[in-house]
Amino acid sequence: MINEIISMNGYGPYVWSAFIFTLVSFASLYLVTKLQLLKEQKKYIAKFGSLSEAKTASLREQKINKEILLKSVITKI
Amino acid sequence: MFNFFNLGKLFQITSRSTRYVFVLFMIVLAIGLSESLFLSPEDYKQSHSVRIMYVHVPAAWMALGIFSMMTFLSVGTFIFKNKKFYLVSKSLAPSGFIFNIIALITGSIWGKPTWGTWWAWDARITSMLILALFYFMYLLSWKIIENKNTVIKISSLIVIVGAINLPIIKFSVNWWNTLHQGPSLKIIGETTIHSSMLIPLGIMTAAFALFSLLIFLMKFNTEMIKIKNKGLDRL
Repeated sequence: MINEIISMNGYGPYVWSAFIFTLVSFASLYLVTKLQLLKEQKKYIAKFGSLSEAKTASLREQKINKEILLKSVITKI
Repeated sequence: MFNFFNLGKLFQITSRSTRYVFVLFMIVLAIGLSESLFLSPEDYKQSHSVRIMYVHVPAAWMALGIFSMMTFLSVGTFIFKNKKFYLVSKSLAPSGFIFNIIALITGSIWGKPTWGTWWAWDARITSMLILALFYFMYLLSWKIIENKNTVIKISSLIVIVGAINLPIIKFSVNWWNTLHQGPSLKIIGETTIHSSMLIPLGIMTAAFALFSLLIFLMKFNTEMIKIKNKGLDRL
């Protein structure tokens, strides 16, 4: 049964390699995109931390800044 | 007119929806893989090699669909001078390029047992290769051009010129004698694929679309944070 699934009447190497290539491409693109996102978040936090309290207070009022800060603390995926 | 595209609101939606899209993508992909690898029947002519269709065809559809969207957005960038258009287009491009590469590689793998060759300069394959080059030029323009206004114009122009290739890809099987068969799935007219193969194909297409959405959301968030980072530099 397992041999049948793997060999697929001799077409197994073609079918499996096509699926594996697809999944590896997906995983690679996901990881690269995720790493870029984390890098930008880290940069943002570092820059935000170096600002004066008055400036950060006004920035915190903007929705987008609040959201980035929130996301940087809780990155779930 | 474009109040809907408020960057703050958009970021809130895109950053919060990523995890839901990821979970949904994993579920649909798991169902799609079990359907296409184990549950769907083999073809009477191509035997099990037909299973490559479940990754090859959705990848080609997605590559074409994403480039079509990028074309509308690039035209919009020129007409409306709205920066949200280029942001969306730039965020769509990486997944479109990867889908294009997947379509070419899996097509090549499928070509060996079906046509007896890994590669042929067939009209459909060649036009898909040209599309990949346009994707590559688009992505490269963002890497090498530093002036923002120039890169927006050049990258949009690359997409608009590349769009000429889209009808060539679509109708290449009708206009020339190619190794590829004619379309089996038609929006208007009868579909010639049996439902036992059409269902896994539909599920895998949904999984690919969700993956594209996931990458788009992550890339869009990255671009938005990049803009905010530049804003912090000016403070």
